[in-house]
Amino acid sequence: MKIFVCTKQVPGISEVKIDPKTNTLIREGVESILNPNDRNALEMALVLKEEQKAEVIALTMGPPQAEEILREALAMGVDKVVLLSDRAFAGADTLATSYTLALAIKKILKESDSEENYLIICGSQAVDGDTGQVPPELAEELGIPQITYVQKLELSEDKIVVERKFRATEIVVIETKLPALISVLTDINKPRFPTMMGIMKAYENSNVIYFDSKNLNADISKIGLNGSMTEVKKIFFPERNGKRIILEGSPEEVVKKLCHHLQEDKIL
Amino acid sequence: MDFSLTEKQKMLRKITRKFAEEYLVPVAKESDEKQELNKTAFKKMQEMNYFGACLPVKYGGAGLENDTIGFCIVIEEISRADAGWGITIAVHNGVAAYPIYKYGTEEQKQTFLEDLANGNKVGSFCLTEPNAGSDAAGVQLTAVKDGDEYILNGTKIFSTSGGIAGTLLVVAKTGDKDSRREMTVFIVDSKTPGYSVGVKEDKLGVRASNTSELVFEDVRVPQENILGQYGDGFKMAMRILDFGRIGIAAQCLGLGQAALEASVKYSNERVQFGKPIGRFQGIQWKLADMACAVESARLFTYKAAFIHDKGEDFGTASSMAKLVASEAAMQAAHDAVQIHGGYGLMKAYPVERYFRDAKMGEIYEGTSEVQRMVIAGNLLRKGV
Repeated sequence: MKIFVCTKQVPGISEVKIDPKTNTLIREGVESILNPNDRNALEMALVLKEEQKAEVIALTMGPPQAEEILREALAMGVDKVVLLSDRAFAGADTLATSYTLALAIKKILKESDSEENYLIICGSQAVDGDTGQVPPELAEELGIPQITYVQKLELSEDKIVVERKFRATEIVVIETKLPALISVLTDINKPRFPTMMGIMKAYENSNVIYFDSKNLNADISKIGLNGSMTEVKKIFFPERNGKRIILEGSPEEVVKKLCHHLQEDKIL
Repeated sequence: MDFSLTEKQKMLRKITRKFAEEYLVPVAKESDEKQELNKTAFKKMQEMNYFGACLPVKYGGAGLENDTIGFCIVIEEISRADAGWGITIAVHNGVAAYPIYKYGTEEQKQTFLEDLANGNKVGSFCLTEPNAGSDAAGVQLTAVKDGDEYILNGTKIFSTSGGIAGTLLVVAKTGDKDSRREMTVFIVDSKTPGYSVGVKEDKLGVRASNTSELVFEDVRVPQENILGQYGDGFKMAMRILDFGRIGIAAQCLGLGQAALEASVKYSNERVQFGKPIGRFQGIQWKLADMACAVESARLFTYKAAFIHDKGEDFGTASSMAKLVASEAAMQAAHDAVQIHGGYGLMKAYPVERYFRDAKMGEIYEGTSEVQRMVIAGNLLRKGV
């Protein structure tokens, strides 16, 4: 049994600055961190590893500096880490990213001896792009079932039973055969801290496995900027113009006035 | 010369900081008031392997035995959250666990290190006595040979973690009545009959850490528990303290850093005369001086650690680091309270605690005066 966890290195602050000329995030002076939601995915994988026999493999795509989050994953207790790094991967949107991740997972599966079953766990979304698109796209690339927004999971030999959060208060219970992909929510568990011993092992007894476009036999037209179907035209903070109107009078009068304003602004 | 930290050291800082902010900061005030380490935090500290920080993996440690800078970073980050925890871990590792690893026999390591590494037993180093403070050679606790054992009689005071310790390094006089410096270090298990904990001190600062009087009445210790050579205890104690001071310097450094950070935050937030007080030169100069002091402490501390790991003579460097870092922490805490004004005197803000904690650093593990004595002594004896 293999459990893959897809991770991402993201800027460590919630209020990132945007370069108005290039429409990209200003990363200088901003600490990079492991996407918080991916910690929940790692925690779930590590609990499963402790309960049953499984090998946990963390993957990420990014520049060589992204090694840092993989070392952190190692320190938390994952068995193996893979960094997909190549200049040709740069500028990838979610589709190109999913294609590349799928190639890496296929390669790892192909190279492992047995016909092992596998499960992919992703965080629901990354705090920088916030699209939540990679998990579903990755499942499509691999042609396996996907269940998003999972908050609870039971794993047995060849199937999983999960609780999926649906709308605000409802829960849907779904069973599917493995292999499968799930994406997990942030409040489902409390991710462990890497221990000192874990950190020591992560830096001294472990290697980061690198894959580039050649290792993966990637179709150049499907990776990086070439393989991206979407393009970011502009990123901006919504302007706050501070226009406020204070309505006065009895509740009935105020409601009337409010409806009038909303109709005027074509909201109603 | 390269000042950059290794990736591993950066990770140690990042994780320890995050851990300390989550588990130590929220209970620091309460631990100070109650004068004890928080039990949940204690368990978490064990899980994180902080008790085995500078022991090899082979003995259950976290493997920083050759990475004293990494060890300093850990102590620094713990102390930034709670200096009481900082001193506990610094002493446990620096002057109890590490000396057994460094100077102990293989049998002693097998016997004592595992429980120290996992924190099931806390370590303490017992030198100070009512009449042996800065004059460490004045030790009067005696160890008298009786067959294969030694019988210890006497009293130790101000032992950090003494009251909660399971494994103690006890410096005993083993020479003639008139001889000074003829001492031996014994490893003593706290369960040994005749050993008892006396008064628990009610201290000014680092109140979460335990400081106790320890009483030895006919405590029989087997001769295989002698650490190092019989009769060589004074030198051994000084060597142990040389290493220990690096840890104390790191503890003071973390505390100074906390005082500086609190002051910068407050200077940006507190508005007086229509603007944040950080816009006033009077505050700016204080912040700049604090930052310089804390950075000096960091450089001195890491340098001492670096020299230690290179296997060179680090005694002077560790005394310098301890002196500079403790005085930097005191200055930073003093200025932090002043910047906070009336609020700085109140328990609602942590700087009041930092101020009390900082004063401790100038006294324990050798007062500032003793450090100057050591530094000058080395200068005069070995040259500049």
